[in-house]
Amino acid sequence: MPSGEAYWLPLIFMALMGVAFLVYAILDGYDLGVGILLPRNSEAQRDTMIASIGPFWDANETWLVLGVGIILIAFPAAHNVILLQLYIPVTLMLAGLILRGVAFDFRAKAPVDHKSWWDLAFWGGSLLATLSQGYMLGLYVMGFEQSWAAQAFALLSAICVTAGYCLIGAAWLVMKTEGELQARAARWARRCAWLMALGLVAVSLVNPMISERVYDRWLSDGPTQILLVIPLLCFLLFLINDRFLARFPFDNDFGCWLPFACTIGQFVLAFSALAYSFFPYVVPEQLTFWEASSAPESLRFILYGVVIVLPTIAFYTFYAYRVFWGKATELQYY
Amino acid sequence: METLLLSRIQFAANISFHILFPTITIALAWFLVVFKIQHNRTGAEVWMRAYRFWVKVFALSFALGVVSGITMSFQFGTNWPGYMATVGNIAGPLLGYEVLTAFFMEATFLGIMLFGMNRVSNRIHTLATVLVAIGTSLSAFWILSLNSWMHTPAGFEMRDGVAFPVSWWAIIFNPSMPYRLIHMMLASGLTAAFLMAGLSAYRLLKGDHKPAPRLTLKVSVFAAALLIPLQIFMGDLHGLNTLEHQPAKVAAMEGLWETQQGAPLVLFGLPDETEKRNRYALEIPGGASFILTHDWQGEVRGLNEFENEHPPVSPVFWGFRIMVGLGMLMLLVSWTAAWRLWRHKALPAWMLKVLVGMTFSGWVATLAGWYVTEIGRQPYLVSGLLTTADAVTSTPPTNVATSLAIYLTLYGVLLLAYMRTLFLIARKAVAVDRPEEIHTLQDQLNPIEQSPTGGGNRYA
Repeated sequence: MPSGEAYWLPLIFMALMGVAFLVYAILDGYDLGVGILLPRNSEAQRDTMIASIGPFWDANETWLVLGVGIILIAFPAAHNVILLQLYIPVTLMLAGLILRGVAFDFRAKAPVDHKSWWDLAFWGGSLLATLSQGYMLGLYVMGFEQSWAAQAFALLSAICVTAGYCLIGAAWLVMKTEGELQARAARWARRCAWLMALGLVAVSLVNPMISERVYDRWLSDGPTQILLVIPLLCFLLFLINDRFLARFPFDNDFGCWLPFACTIGQFVLAFSALAYSFFPYVVPEQLTFWEASSAPESLRFILYGVVIVLPTIAFYTFYAYRVFWGKATELQYY
Repeated sequence: METLLLSRIQFAANISFHILFPTITIALAWFLVVFKIQHNRTGAEVWMRAYRFWVKVFALSFALGVVSGITMSFQFGTNWPGYMATVGNIAGPLLGYEVLTAFFMEATFLGIMLFGMNRVSNRIHTLATVLVAIGTSLSAFWILSLNSWMHTPAGFEMRDGVAFPVSWWAIIFNPSMPYRLIHMMLASGLTAAFLMAGLSAYRLLKGDHKPAPRLTLKVSVFAAALLIPLQIFMGDLHGLNTLEHQPAKVAAMEGLWETQQGAPLVLFGLPDETEKRNRYALEIPGGASFILTHDWQGEVRGLNEFENEHPPVSPVFWGFRIMVGLGMLMLLVSWTAAWRLWRHKALPAWMLKVLVGMTFSGWVATLAGWYVTEIGRQPYLVSGLLTTADAVTSTPPTNVATSLAIYLTLYGVLLLAYMRTLFLIARKAVAVDRPEEIHTLQDQLNPIEQSPTGGGNRYA
């Protein structure tokens, strides 16, 4: 194992990469989820839903560029191995992201009779992107193994991730909308929460069974008691969320932010579990963060920028959310 | 076809599609800043009308730029793993700084710029517009720095076949970087100006009597007339810089097969690589020598000195002529239009039609220019360090063919939809019959209160 800055620089960038992907999953997660939930039977609700994510989706997607950028910059060897394995699903994800990104703008500007087509593109693009992301996550977890078991696991993961994005999207709508749409979103959120919970349980059971290293990590050599905390907390959050949504709505919109907060908590916990399963590998079973990292002088140069710029990004992201605080209104187009 | 050729076509398709939109938004963002500040200063409604119309074009172009840009960030790993493996230590940080300093800033403040007009103060909204403009320009700065480094690498050393940084200053401001950056910024200015002139002329032809399209026509025509001589001058300097660092590219641009004194300027010809000559050549004797060395008898190096090391001649030769030809046309059209606007305050219908015809001329010239410089770097991906063939992925060709088919379909549809939508929103704007008065008393008394924040049908 390297020492000095060759040791800690890759660690810092590993943490940064983790944060970037986690923030991406939460932020773009909710706007992708909103895209998948677009109802066919109400154009007005579609308009409100899209208005609720209008000012944010672009910046949300930038976290994906940052995450991929950090692998590219800090761990180029891993970037090459991973993207070689994921060639087709990456292409499909990109096609999905392209479709939904442009549909967002075209739907407001296209001829009226084209609008529902762009809405369809928005829905389809969002779904394609989330399914591919979940599928890629599954393949990654399986260490890019070429087997039927790995493929099946990846499909399970695709459904699980999509359910998670739908959940956080629905929770976002509970927080950002009112009236009939909000009540509808609460029902969506409850159903998606069940689906995601089932998916998480399935993934947690299957993963140790098919991966020896994950089994060892969680069940034989790890500090097991502490790690039971993660599933337990996850379950607790699920329970709070489910009970709250079952009795929704409350007077004065009490706790409309609660499902969103619970979901973020679940995302963070699931992500920590995943990170714990794989550290210190950046490509499971093949490459560690240190083996894959680029030259210390390059990492140092980019670290200066990160230290200055990342807090600034956090600050103005927070500011943007404050500007658009409260319930989403009709899209005030410029 | 093999993976290398397919990957090259795919990269060319991706980056060609992508560059169309930043080329518009980099400069359009600054036009919007001007409109916004003019409105703040004068309180005249017409500037806000111009802002409201063009911010729509901006939003659409920006969205297309963002999504096609995300594709780019994956291309290095999916198709060109050898690139990052060899020069990742240099390219990585430059790309990283682009994401950190530019992408987040423009994306975040774009939300406020587009949807926040009635949620933040006018001052903050103006600031958001300025920050978006700075963001788009910063993004251009970093990516052109990296691209220039691939043409004229500097400030690094090779250890075991991998590039390591020695001086970041020398890397960022490598020899061709200032020329390429300014050349591209001017290209963006011209592209946006001709787009604005084209759509404004289109609105006038469709019978729009409101003052906003007349204003934007004037602004854009004068901007184009101002920028085009600067661009021609800058292009010449960039050419001389290329002659110094990449003589093989210049030889291909000029269609010069043999090193010679008093090299002719080939106006037209069909380069023939097997016979190493230009067929049907129309030449000005000594012209190339004069342009490149400022001496009619100066010596210019020909392609014979770069056997197997020079780019394919025809695309570079033709790309260069298309770019220069369009530049000359832009000079002619913008100066004629500016002259008539200055003398007669309005343009005749035929002139408006010419401008409509040139709506996307900036795109063609920019793409032609990029083909010259990028194909002109072949067979290298990074000049002298890494050939394109050595960097390509081992992915099977069927994979690349599949992704290429998906991208091409998507890009074809989107490009068509984009161009049609621009003219559609122009027609919608014509149909809005709300001929506003400029400088009403109300406006002057309380410009901010008066600036409308309302809904979708209040186009200029």
